[in-house]
Amino acid sequence: MNPSLWMEWAPLLWKGLVTTVQVALLSGVVALFLAVLTGICRLSKYKLIRGIAYVYVMLFRGVSLLVLLFWVYFSLPALGIEFSAISAAVLAFGLNYGAFGSEIVRSSILAVPKGQWEAALALNLTPAQRMFRIILPQAVVRMLPPINNLMIELLKATSLVSFITLADLTFQSQILRGQFFGNTIELFTIVLILYFILSSCITLVARLLERKLSAGRM
Amino acid sequence: MSTTVQEREPHAVSGGETALPIVKYNDVKKSFGDLEVLHGINLEMRPGEKIAIIGPSGSGKTTLGRMLMTLEEPTSGTIEVDGELLWHMERGGKLVRASEAHLHRMRTKIGMVFQHFNLFPHMKVIRNVTEAPRKVLGLSKEEAHERAVEMLRKVGLEDKLDVYPSKLSGGQKQRVAIARALVMRPKVMVFDEVTSALDPELVGEVLEVIKEIALEGEMAMMLITHEMDFAREVADRVIFGADGLIVEEGPPSELFENPESERLQSFLRRMN
Ligand SMILES: Nc1ncnc2c1ncn2[C@@H]1O[C@H](COP(=O)(O)OP(=O)(O)O)[C@@H](O)[C@H]1O
Ligand SMILES: [Mg+2]
Repeated sequence: MNPSLWMEWAPLLWKGLVTTVQVALLSGVVALFLAVLTGICRLSKYKLIRGIAYVYVMLFRGVSLLVLLFWVYFSLPALGIEFSAISAAVLAFGLNYGAFGSEIVRSSILAVPKGQWEAALALNLTPAQRMFRIILPQAVVRMLPPINNLMIELLKATSLVSFITLADLTFQSQILRGQFFGNTIELFTIVLILYFILSSCITLVARLLERKLSAGRM
Repeated sequence: MSTTVQEREPHAVSGGETALPIVKYNDVKKSFGDLEVLHGINLEMRPGEKIAIIGPSGSGKTTLGRMLMTLEEPTSGTIEVDGELLWHMERGGKLVRASEAHLHRMRTKIGMVFQHFNLFPHMKVIRNVTEAPRKVLGLSKEEAHERAVEMLRKVGLEDKLDVYPSKLSGGQKQRVAIARALVMRPKVMVFDEVTSALDPELVGEVLEVIKEIALEGEMAMMLITHEMDFAREVADRVIFGADGLIVEEGPPSELFENPESERLQSFLRRMN
C-alpha cells in the first residue's frame, strides 16, 4: 500500500477510532452497570423490584437498537429532553446491551450452587453480604466469557452511531471512501483490522480478569 | 419468653436433668408441596447434649436439621432455641412469622456443617473462617484471625491457612467447614451426614475432630449420621426416625443393644 495514502488517512481514521472507543467504553460501563443492577433485582424477594427489572429487560431487549438510537436522539428532544449525540448513543447502547447483560448476570448468579447461599446464611451473613461477598464473586467468573461476547457485539454495533452524525470509525471510512473510491479494498481492510484489534483488546481484558479472579480456585 | 428463662435458676452446663432445653421442637410438621415429610416432631435437646439422629434415607433427618438452621420453614408447629421461638414472634397475643431481624439474632446461637462442605471456593482457608467473625460479629481483623487460627489448629489445619479449598482433600475441606462453623461459637450445631461425601479412608479424621469437640462439652450437637459406631461412642441419646416420625429414642446402649421396634431392628441389621 502506498505510504502517502496511509499518511492522508491516518488523522481521520484516528479521530474515528477515538470516537468509537469512547462510545464503546462509555456504553459498556453503562450497560454493565445496568446489567448487574437489574440482574440482581431480578432475584429480589420483592415482587415490585423483580417486576420493574423484568419489564426493563423485556422492553430494551426487544427493540431495534437503531430505532432506539433514533428515538433517544430525535424523538426525546420533542419532549424537551435533549442529548448530545454521544450521550444519546451511550444511553441507547447502555439500555439495550444492559438488558442482554442482565440475563447473563441473573443466570450466572443462579448457577452458583445453592449450598453457597446456605453456608452463607448458616454463618449469619446478611442478605447483602451473602450476595456481594459470597455469591457475586463466584458468579463474576462465570459471567466473564458471555460478557466478553456481549462487549464485542456492542463494539461492533457502535458503527450505528454514524446514523446520528457521530464521526466514528465507520463514519470516517465512509468519508474517505468518497474521496478515494479507487482504494476501497485497502481502506476497508484497514477498518476491518482496526475493529478486530479493538475486539481483541476486549477479549484480552476479559481473559486477564478471568485468570486473576479464578486464581487458585480450580 | 426470654424473660422466663432468666428467672429460673442457672442450670448445669452439660445436660443436667434440670437444665432448660436449648432446642425444643413442638409438634413440628413440614410439607414440600403436597408431600408431608415430617408428621409432628417433638424433640428436646438439653444444653451441651449430643444427640445422634439415625434412620433410613428420605426419612426427614436433613429437613429436621435444616429447620433448626432456618434453612427450611416449618409448615406448622414451633421450634424454640434457648427459650425463644425461632420461626415465630408474638404480636398482639398471636404468633406471626419472625422478622429477618429476629432470625438474624437467633442464628447467632446456631451453626451447621453440611454434607458437601460448601466452603467458599474464592477465599483461602483463613478467609473462609474469618469472614463471618469479621462481618457478622464485627471482630477486628486481628481478633478474627486469632480466633480462626485457634479453630484451625483445633481441626489440625493450622498449616493450610493460605491455601484455596480446591487444593484440600475432602477430609480437610470438611475440617475447615467445621472450624468455620465453630468460630461463631454457636450454642447448638447441626452436623448433617458430614462424612457421607468422603472417601472411606478420610472419614476417620473428620470423626476424630468431631469427637474431640464433643468432649469439650459446652456446645449441643445434633449429629445426623450413618456411622453407628460413631453415634454409639459420642451421643448421649440416639433418635431413630423413619417416615417423618421419631420411632424410638434412648441412650445408645439401650437403643443399639435392645431395639424395641421392628423398624429399628431391621434398620440396624441392614447397617451392619
Ligand atoms: N426442597 C425439597 N423439595 C421437595 N422435597 C424435598 C425437599 N427436601 C427434601 N425433600 C423430600 O423430603 C423427604 C425427606 O428428605 P430429607 O430430609 O433429605 O431426608 P433424609 O435426610 O433423612 O434422607 C424426602 O422424601 C425428600 O425427597
Ligand atoms: Mg439427609
